[in-house]
Amino acid sequence: MLDSNPADQRPDFDPVTGTTTTGHVWDGIRELNTPLPRWWLWLFYATILWSVGYWIVYPSWPLMSSYTTGAFHWQSRNAVLSDLEGLKAQRGPLADKLAAASLQEIASDPLLNDFARAQGRPAFAENCAPCHGAGGGGGRGYPNLNDDEWIWGGSLEEIAQTIRHGIRSADADARQGAAMPAFGRDGILKRADVDNVADYVRSLAGLPVGANANLAAGKKVFADNCAVCHGDAGKGKRELGAPNLSDAIWLYGADKAAIAEGVWNGRGGVMPAWAGRLDDATIKALAIYVHSFGGGER
Amino acid sequence: MCPGRDIALAPHQARPATPPLLELVKAAASTTSSAETSPRPDIPGPDDEGPLYVARRKIYPQRVKGTYRTIKWTVLLVTLGIYYGLPFVRWDRGPDAPSQAVLIDFPNRRFYFFFIEIWPQEIYYLTGLLILAAMTLFLMNAVAGRVWCGYLCPQTVWTDLFQTIERWTEGDRREHLLRDREPWTIQRLGRSAAKHFLWLMVAWWTGGAWVLYFADAPTLVKELATFEAPVVAYAWIGILTFTTYALAGHMREQVCLYMCPWPRIQAALTDEYALNVTYRYDRGEPRGSVKKSAALRAQGNPAGDCVDCYQCVYVCPTGIDIRNGPNLGCIQCGLCIDACDAVMAKIDRPARLIAYDTDINIRRRQEGKPARYEIVRMRTVFYAAIIAVVAAVMLYTLATRRSEGISVIHDRNPIFVRLSDGELRNGFTLRILNKSLERRNFVLTVDGLADIDLKIVGDTVTTGPMAVITVGPDQTYELRALVSTYSSLPPAASIPLTFRITDAKTGERASTVDHFRGP
Repeated sequence: MLDSNPADQRPDFDPVTGTTTTGHVWDGIRELNTPLPRWWLWLFYATILWSVGYWIVYPSWPLMSSYTTGAFHWQSRNAVLSDLEGLKAQRGPLADKLAAASLQEIASDPLLNDFARAQGRPAFAENCAPCHGAGGGGGRGYPNLNDDEWIWGGSLEEIAQTIRHGIRSADADARQGAAMPAFGRDGILKRADVDNVADYVRSLAGLPVGANANLAAGKKVFADNCAVCHGDAGKGKRELGAPNLSDAIWLYGADKAAIAEGVWNGRGGVMPAWAGRLDDATIKALAIYVHSFGGGER
Repeated sequence: MCPGRDIALAPHQARPATPPLLELVKAAASTTSSAETSPRPDIPGPDDEGPLYVARRKIYPQRVKGTYRTIKWTVLLVTLGIYYGLPFVRWDRGPDAPSQAVLIDFPNRRFYFFFIEIWPQEIYYLTGLLILAAMTLFLMNAVAGRVWCGYLCPQTVWTDLFQTIERWTEGDRREHLLRDREPWTIQRLGRSAAKHFLWLMVAWWTGGAWVLYFADAPTLVKELATFEAPVVAYAWIGILTFTTYALAGHMREQVCLYMCPWPRIQAALTDEYALNVTYRYDRGEPRGSVKKSAALRAQGNPAGDCVDCYQCVYVCPTGIDIRNGPNLGCIQCGLCIDACDAVMAKIDRPARLIAYDTDINIRRRQEGKPARYEIVRMRTVFYAAIIAVVAAVMLYTLATRRSEGISVIHDRNPIFVRLSDGELRNGFTLRILNKSLERRNFVLTVDGLADIDLKIVGDTVTTGPMAVITVGPDQTYELRALVSTYSSLPPAASIPLTFRITDAKTGERASTVDHFRGP
């Protein structure tokens, strides 16, 4: 009956809805040619008009040597700066307190201590982690800051001093200690002496040595050359930056070859001074943070 | 041609060929076009592609009384009452917590709902609620079609309220239609101004109630009144005033027809047994005037109950003709049922010519079989089962929810530390949660190794495998714990450690497991 209507002579006429279809068919489903609501069209034009607003208030058009800055004079650089200002304002009172307080005062105030550790963490990640590792775990030649051996002292003040002025750095107040001479390379000791003293140093730490090790000869070499810095029993001397050789911690490795290499070529780790690069509050926060790794001394 | 009809479903094979559908379409188009202010495009001719855009046809829904209207009034009062009133309901949680029964506290990252307090990490309760909401929608749809759209959807509820205001100020359908054709007089301006003022008041109140869910309501009301409230509160009130005014006052059925995805999803979800607002054409056709039908009946010829009075079309808030069959434009509010029932009562014919029914039943009646209602089906049972399971799981987890907790992260660098005397140490970051509203002392213990020394960084008192940690009310506390041992470990050791907190007063416990790693 519907087929007799003249309106549906067209193949794309849909008798149910009384409108045409687009002629597109998917799996037998035809798409109605439904007109869009007119308000949708107006809304579309409105969004175009709205976009013109962006040209006016935000930077948009490139000019010969500059650009239109827009009524808001917005810049991503300024946005970051204002964010940082906001952050500073938010930290305000605590940051001022941190800057004014001594290390001991910070350590004894739980809130300030937490704040300093929170500030120290990103500063450490940015400045210290490349050498000392993300968690201060260190590596060969770069001390582990978590353990309890401190070549230059592990109290809050000593850590802060090390960060501020560095070790064997160009800073006038940097601790220079005594750089270990290259006993072998400079001809002070023969190869055999170096081997013997390496065995002897291992024995000081209670590490096993080879059966044919000449510990007596090594002991003599140690007493003549090493004890002046590392002490008679190899316990080390902090004022010289000479590490303890009798404990379980080895900065360059505990095997004989590593010890012999150190004796032959000498050692003398360097750390830059951070005083000019980091502000004092950050250095204090870093000292508190490093101290909290677990190895810090009172 | 109403926009709703353009997107109609097509289960019309069941329809008897007797009512020439196109005639109906044309009749409806011509009848309604007489009442329109803007010209409507007619059915396209053979060479006409049809218009790309159509103007909205203004709908003047007529006032109606009846069962479904009463249900709608009730739902409207209850839902709007809850929405506007809930922020003012108080709930005593003690001095350190807000006393608002329902509060979304963004600055402190807490959500309060009567006796429940949700922390951000418990967002899975929201997931559970969303699953429940989705399944309830699916179940409603499987049982009785678009119950949500017709009765519960905010767009429907607010549109209903705004249309009621419109009828108060501009008059009912007939009056409003006539007045809209008159020139602009002072009276007409006054009526229009009154309508828009009332609309804006409702919209403003709607936005105002919204912001009260995010701060202490009585305080915020005072601040809003004295212009001391935060700018963001005024901004949100402004935004919601605008959206309510625009969507409920002006967009109305256009939201359902063009913007809302739910009608489309429901069209895919529904099945042949779902009850829908249905014109029972087995009873209604052939339609005709009361007199003509009476005469036909007297001669013993078939005559339908539909008298073509268009009351069902006039009351429809989306402006469709339910007699054209199931339709995406139909929100199934049941108002056409009320309108038709009133007419049937007047002409002394049985009620429910339009009713919640299915096409299957229409066909069965035509074949002389009894109607079949299958509420209990695979899908309704399935949806109900999911609702029951999710609700049970949520209730269980809520009921057994602990007010304390502990989480632990092992240091990543270094994994272990060898101390100068050979002791091995692992560092952990602990976080202790106190979800109760009291300050609590927790005893922290670590088990798993024979010889354990526990040190809390910053704490000089602790020795041995035990420490006492104080956590403030409704807070968490992060601390760094160092666990060390002289025990000799197997190579590449990874020994499970249990970190346990015990409330020193109540004995409530929580624990978590991490590992002690060695070289």
